[in-house]
Amino acid sequence: MTDLLIRGADVIGGGRSDLGIRNGRFVDPGDVAADVERLDGDGLLALPGLVDLHTHLREPGREDAETVQSGTLAAARGGFTAVLAMANTTPVTDTAEAALHVAALGTRDGNAQVVPVGAVSKGLDGVELAELGLMARSGARVRVFSDDGHCVTDARLMRRALEYVRAFDGVIAQHAQDPQLAAVSACCHEGEISGKLGLPGWPAAAEASVVARDVQIAELTRSRLHVCHVSCAETVDVIRWAKQRGINVTAEVAPHHLILTTTEVLGYDPTYKVNPPLRPSEHVEAVREALADGTIDAVATDHAPHARHDKEHAFAEAAFGMLGLETALAVVVEAMINSGLLDWPQLAKRLSIMPAHIARLADQGRPLAVGEPANVVLVDPGARRVIDRNDSASLSRNNPWHGRELPDPVVATIWAGQITYRKER
Amino acid sequence: MRHLLSAADLDRTQISEIFDLAEEMSLVQGRPVKKLPALRGRTVVNLFFEDSTRTRSSFEIAGKWLSADVINISAKGSSVSKGESLRDTVLTVAAMGVDALVIRHHASGAPWQASRWIDAHVLNAGDGTHEHPTQALLDAFTIRRHLRLSTPDLMSFEGKTVAIVGDITHSRVARSNVLLLTTLGAQVVLIAPPTLLPAGVDSWPALACSDFDEVLPHADVVMMLRVQRERMSGGYFPTPREYTIGYGLTRPRLEAMKPEAAICHPGPMNRGLEISADAADAANSLILDQVAAGVSVRMSVLYELLGGAE
Repeated sequence: MTDLLIRGADVIGGGRSDLGIRNGRFVDPGDVAADVERLDGDGLLALPGLVDLHTHLREPGREDAETVQSGTLAAARGGFTAVLAMANTTPVTDTAEAALHVAALGTRDGNAQVVPVGAVSKGLDGVELAELGLMARSGARVRVFSDDGHCVTDARLMRRALEYVRAFDGVIAQHAQDPQLAAVSACCHEGEISGKLGLPGWPAAAEASVVARDVQIAELTRSRLHVCHVSCAETVDVIRWAKQRGINVTAEVAPHHLILTTTEVLGYDPTYKVNPPLRPSEHVEAVREALADGTIDAVATDHAPHARHDKEHAFAEAAFGMLGLETALAVVVEAMINSGLLDWPQLAKRLSIMPAHIARLADQGRPLAVGEPANVVLVDPGARRVIDRNDSASLSRNNPWHGRELPDPVVATIWAGQITYRKER
Repeated sequence: MRHLLSAADLDRTQISEIFDLAEEMSLVQGRPVKKLPALRGRTVVNLFFEDSTRTRSSFEIAGKWLSADVINISAKGSSVSKGESLRDTVLTVAAMGVDALVIRHHASGAPWQASRWIDAHVLNAGDGTHEHPTQALLDAFTIRRHLRLSTPDLMSFEGKTVAIVGDITHSRVARSNVLLLTTLGAQVVLIAPPTLLPAGVDSWPALACSDFDEVLPHADVVMMLRVQRERMSGGYFPTPREYTIGYGLTRPRLEAMKPEAAICHPGPMNRGLEISADAADAANSLILDQVAAGVSVRMSVLYELLGGAE
């Protein structure tokens, strides 16, 4: 492994300094060799490498839409050094063997740490528990379990899952969607626009009511609950109440829910079809505030690549989801830093430290200090660019930010001491 | 006019032109030889992703009486299950060199998406639970004739009340009629149990209410919507009987109507459910006039889209 020297970057919370890297860890800058590769950090911020709690890498199963290799390259371009790979692949990650396979793909092809998320139920069918303990005990060390894409609707199964994972400090990440209130066909926030467009509605109550139930079960079982992609004000209220009560719940918000609103759907462009759906601006305001005050702990991308033909159906029949890894930091900077809702140390907490903590990743979200793992992203806080969906490492192009001007923060990403992305200057 | 996707695309002048032309076209219907050479050499494809007998036949007759070559393509079922994307289906048909695509689709918005992918004219023949602009045109055309209203640019619909009764949430007919009739100056009142009123209906340019009997004596037109079979078991209302008593155009309600008020129904009717036989066959029922007007109005719209110099 080669040494690296980052010169003069502003280390979040610590002021300008040099960072030396050797054998994947930070060392005293004076200890690196004189002729090492240098990164000029002048005018840049150094943040701990970002951690994404919610990535769909599509491999195994849909390698035409994304692979571990392409998805983690997109992650590196977005400043991420670790991603949690959701379980809804083919086959589903519901056994130790399946988890090990994903982890092995990460070791072989990854441009970031790849940590498999285990399914809560076998085949994501919501009926029987998957082999949670075997996945946790395997070399993949699974700690986050989720049926994401499907809600664990059976209250008894949810209770058992929450109880069971307590043995190994696991967490259940719930995709909160009551299927009676928001069926699989639901594809537009229920309100003025769904009524006008004649699209099946997805009311906020379908999310908040499930979260209200789950925090009660988490209290009952004294277990760790994590709420995926919080999209509405009602859910924020429930989580705020639960946290005040001391219930062990964490939550994430997706970048698109911090800016985009239901009006994007008016032209029936399936690029903007996502689950949960884009909500009106009052919900956007609510999730921003919740992210600012810590009610929502983390930003997670819900990066959902889709082959072009799966998005070129009628709106109601097209696939759900949008790309997120490469633009997540840009969107959070725009929505939270440029609006004054967060400062940079708080942003680092929500994009790196908290997600690493929730997923129990020992080597991520650590201080940029001597002896720590060298996972770092160098950020230019002022740069901007117009997003071009074709300028992407992802194999898919369902990028909702195409054509919009956003910050262009990521200058370089270093994972375990290796440069995984470096912006061309 | 490049496409006809929404009733909202039309202003009073355009509606007036379509109606005037439709009046002329309706004369053809009375002739022994029903053929005009207007669209000779033009190709119209009825691309139907959903079953429809009357709308498809109506467009087919309209196109044929204008001498266009009309081809029907049925693409039933979800494009997802067939494995061909909507875009591929639409591009494939368009690549054959058609001049206009008349699209019926079970999903809302499909004709909008199609119009962005191809150069041919796109005519929305009903998209999901969204819009059905030619139905609204033929409804307004029929109402105008019945009420002996002058041309729409003279705002002759001002002061008229049209009650639309039934499953508003899932009705493309209701959405297009609200848009078109309010453009013409009419007051539209939507009547349904709260379970069948769409989200955000308060923002529509219409009144919404759940008491049929309160509105009925004031209505100049009562438009009854078909109750789809799947709604009956979907828990939107307890029983068909309760629906009929609350929202059906029953014989007692016929007597509560203004004497000159008209009865419309886009069909097909559930006699005995949303409309009684007495109402369907009443002297002031315009239901068959609507069907006849459908051909004239569609001839007019096809001519507006394809007849001009290109």
